Amino acid sequence: MALLEIRDLSVAVDGNPILKNINLNIGKGETHVLMGPNGAGKSTLGNVLMGNPAYEITGGSIYFNGLDIKEETADKRAKAGMFMSFQNPLEVPGITVSSFIRNAISQKTGEKIKFSEYRKELAADMEILDFDKAYKDRDLNVGFSGGEKKKAEILQMLMLKPKFAILDETDSGLDVDAVRTVSAGIEEYQKHEDGALLIITHSTKILESLHVDYTHVLVKGEIVADGDAALVDEINDNGFEKWTEREAK
Amino acid sequence: MDRERSEVNDIDRSLYDFRYEEKEGEFYRVKEGLTPDIVTEISKEKHDPDWMLDFRLKSLQIYNDLKVPDWGPDISGLNMDDIVTYVRHKTGMQATWEDVPEDIKNTFERLGIPEAERTSLAGVGAQYDSELVYHNVREEVLEQGVIYTDMESALTGEYADMVREHFMKLVPPTDHKFAALHGAVWSGGSFVYVPPGVKVDIPLQSYFRLNAAGAGQFEHTLIIVSEDADLHFIEGCSAPKYNVANLHAGCVELFVGKNARLRYSTIENWSKNMYNLNTKRAICEEGATMEWVSGSFGSHVSYLYPMTILKGNDSHCEFTGITFAGAGQNLDTGAKIVHTGERTSSFINTKSISKSGGESTFRSALTIKEKAKDAKASVSCASLMLDDISRSDTIPAMDIRTNEADVGHEAKIGRISDDAVFYLMSRGISEEDAKAMIVSGFADNVSKELPLEYAVEMNNLIQLEMKGAIG
Ligand SMILES: Nc1ncnc2c1ncn2[C@@H]1O[C@H](COP(=O)(O)OP(=O)(O)OP(=O)(O)O)[C@@H](O)[C@H]1O
Ligand SMILES: [Mg+2]
Repeated sequence: MALLEIRDLSVAVDGNPILKNINLNIGKGETHVLMGPNGAGKSTLGNVLMGNPAYEITGGSIYFNGLDIKEETADKRAKAGMFMSFQNPLEVPGITVSSFIRNAISQKTGEKIKFSEYRKELAADMEILDFDKAYKDRDLNVGFSGGEKKKAEILQMLMLKPKFAILDETDSGLDVDAVRTVSAGIEEYQKHEDGALLIITHSTKILESLHVDYTHVLVKGEIVADGDAALVDEINDNGFEKWTEREAK
Repeated sequence: MDRERSEVNDIDRSLYDFRYEEKEGEFYRVKEGLTPDIVTEISKEKHDPDWMLDFRLKSLQIYNDLKVPDWGPDISGLNMDDIVTYVRHKTGMQATWEDVPEDIKNTFERLGIPEAERTSLAGVGAQYDSELVYHNVREEVLEQGVIYTDMESALTGEYADMVREHFMKLVPPTDHKFAALHGAVWSGGSFVYVPPGVKVDIPLQSYFRLNAAGAGQFEHTLIIVSEDADLHFIEGCSAPKYNVANLHAGCVELFVGKNARLRYSTIENWSKNMYNLNTKRAICEEGATMEWVSGSFGSHVSYLYPMTILKGNDSHCEFTGITFAGAGQNLDTGAKIVHTGERTSSFINTKSISKSGGESTFRSALTIKEKAKDAKASVSCASLMLDDISRSDTIPAMDIRTNEADVGHEAKIGRISDDAVFYLMSRGISEEDAKAMIVSGFADNVSKELPLEYAVEMNNLIQLEMKGAIG
């Protein structure tokens, strides 16, 4: 049984169909890459999996750990072990990175972690991401640069230890060094948590040091190709022309 | 220090709603209603000096002559004939908690007052219904020459002349109908005098608890901070919920001397059967600084607009406030500033939140007189509506009589962002907690200004309101 099973999933926003009959299985510890042109519906898929109520499921089902989660709210999905690094993380004034993550962990696990332990772990994870320690006492994402917001997303992922994480263009907006440190953070998650991943990206840089199991191509709301890591290179060379041309006919 | 201000705690309203049944004959109280006889009886009970009895009776006359305000929330549910204006525990005021009657002591224990006193306050006055039941000041503060007593003793004590000179001079009974009511039936409250140059390092606090059903609380707070002195005064208020109307018409008069600083922090947390018709006013001498930090929670109806008169040149005022109106509440709050001195400056920054049909109105009145050359003023108000049935209004009034003033105004009304709620929920936080977190963040300007314990209390109140637990 796959960790995540998406069957014939169709999704609409404000009555407009966006995703059509998506089928996708992601096993424990597997890394999947999702590519596709702008507006194809990649973020939509991420949001639907995570339970954003703005998106309406018009057909199909989503199973996580064998349970139908279609009706579950986002917090329940997070508690079950799902996570999403947002394409555009939101600013949360009035709560620091440190107290937010601690709060989220205690809500997720139902237990309060010891402050000293927590602090050590947070410091270690920030180190991996080469994230300035001072940021732990800043309000979450408030006034962060694009790259800093993405680092804060990965920091949350490392701290919350999900079983499955969607990374929606986590690499975009990162400078060369930041891509390297963030990808080190992702590697850490793959190895130590045996975490499964769905990486949405337009660039292959972040994938260079990561092990990739499968690649999927999404065009106009449909998965038009599935492959292994080699498919990433092919797209890198030729773009999506092959599939968009076919669509056009 | 790691300020875990936004910690989501398990709290419940029973902390505030909790009350002991009153024992037979434990309290002295006057009859309901408002007559010259009742006013005279209160005056006798309090051993007023003669001038005060006259003052009360004149105030009653003024009260009868004045009209109920016709511009704010409806207060027709308040009938003075049903209100008991004076209720006092027979034990009187004590200087140690051990001597305070058990039930009352336990009530204050639950509210955390003795604990706060031990850890972070220089002095505490605790009022239960109409009079103080406990009052104590730290030795070192007394040695600095600071006077902090109940108003009753102040009227006849060493500083009697000073009290008489200032009492209801800033807020005269003619100011409005409920100021007149206050003048007639006031009881309880605190008097503070800080001598020249004295800086009180840790705050003083008065806590007002209105426990009796159908009663009114009319405490009078008079604070005089002399030249170059410095004080932080904290006021806390709460009451359990009843099915009958309760009334709070307190009065606060603050005199801030030359180059002195006074910070006045309040968390008002009334139950939702309360009519809160409170008047607060400060006057600043040259170079003085007045800082208000104000959290308005609870009450059925509130009229509350602390006013600051910037009389001295170069005096300065900051007002930071938050108002939270939930179901069945109509809270009309704001601030008034009058600039008369040159180069005076004022800064108003308020937040208002409305939820479950609550109405919240922010009313500001800024006056800059002709002689207030080079005055600077800024008014900013942000409102957050948590649903479609709640209301938020902003009513800014400005009267600027000089061209040489710099005035800014900003008002924002917004709704809670679904995207932000989803973002927090995706981290495992429930919808309710996510919204509470966003609201706490919105209220951050006020909680940042409060000492940690009070910031935590305010956050707890927000959590309570968000959970709809306050009935
Ligand atoms: N909340 C929304 N309201 C209206 N339209 C939406 C909404 N979310 C997505 N869409 C539309 O759905 C389509 C897919 O958008 P989506 O963000 O999923 O694309 P994407 O593949 O992530 O693109 P990109 O690579 O640019 O991030 C777009 O046409 C977009 O305009
Ligand atoms: Mg996208």
